Amino acid sequence: MEPLIETISRPWPWYVAGPLIGLVVPLMLVVGNRALGVSSSFRHVCAACFPAKIPFLRYNWKAEIWNLLFVLGIVLGGFLVVQVVGHTSMVDISKQTIADLQRMGVSYNSGLLPADIFSIGGLMSARGLLFIVVGGFFVGFGTRYAGGCTSGHAISGLSNLQWPSLIAVIGFFAGGLFVTHVVFPLIF
Amino acid sequence: MKHFRFLIFGALFGIILIKSEVVSWYRIQEMFRFQSFHMYGVMASAIAVATLSIILLKAFRVKALGGEEIAYPVKKYNHGLWIGGFLFGIGWALTGACPGPMFAHLGSGIVVAAVMIISAVAGTWTYSLFRERLPH
Repeated sequence: MEPLIETISRPWPWYVAGPLIGLVVPLMLVVGNRALGVSSSFRHVCAACFPAKIPFLRYNWKAEIWNLLFVLGIVLGGFLVVQVVGHTSMVDISKQTIADLQRMGVSYNSGLLPADIFSIGGLMSARGLLFIVVGGFFVGFGTRYAGGCTSGHAISGLSNLQWPSLIAVIGFFAGGLFVTHVVFPLIF
Repeated sequence: MKHFRFLIFGALFGIILIKSEVVSWYRIQEMFRFQSFHMYGVMASAIAVATLSIILLKAFRVKALGGEEIAYPVKKYNHGLWIGGFLFGIGWALTGACPGPMFAHLGSGIVVAAVMIISAVAGTWTYSLFRERLPH
């Protein structure tokens, strides 16, 4: 048996990680009485920093501080993974995906993302701007328009059998498939 | 600080997001190309465990720790679910990150995630500005 620390520092298989994500839902409901959700934090930041008399941004954001602490915690978690838990690079991305991405000029470096694009230097390229700035904008615009993201709809909403969340999730996939299979082949 | 616990929950969530590799741009591409079961496995098992947990919490009428009734998430229908969902999907495929992973990236030292988060805040702000003129 390999040492525990080595097991922890590897990427976790889906059947370990998925159920752990699922358990965050009852943990937050019982211990905090709040539903798991991340994208609302963008709205709270807007309401706190740039309300600009927009009706949708005029509400008591201070009552939602818990959500801002939650996302701050996610930042902290990312830090802890690197500094304490340890994370070895991933190795088992599908070879077909790697080949497809190479064909569109994206290299695979066994990290979590293409480091040449997702860097401050990468922002100077059209591709970096598209992936980081345009992509980020769509995430912020779309999640609020849909009233939630993968956490709020796909996990929180679906687990409470909210059928509107299923529509949102179908929308998420339709948008992602559109970019991957229509937009990427057109521009790369 | 009565909300301090959410910092801990966030940290747990962030650690799992990275360890499960759902924060990976490559994993998201793999998912949208149907070339691996990984992401589907993570999401299906997460939803299954969360659904079962909520069924049990309701069946045993579990209360929140403070003694109050648990407020379960309720989502109402509007057309924004389709339209906004599709727009978010576009962003998800481009950034390879939903909102949670953006914050996890930032903590793990990927500085440019801050630009992604600022762009997302700008997107939310723009939606807020035009909200009344958009179909819902």
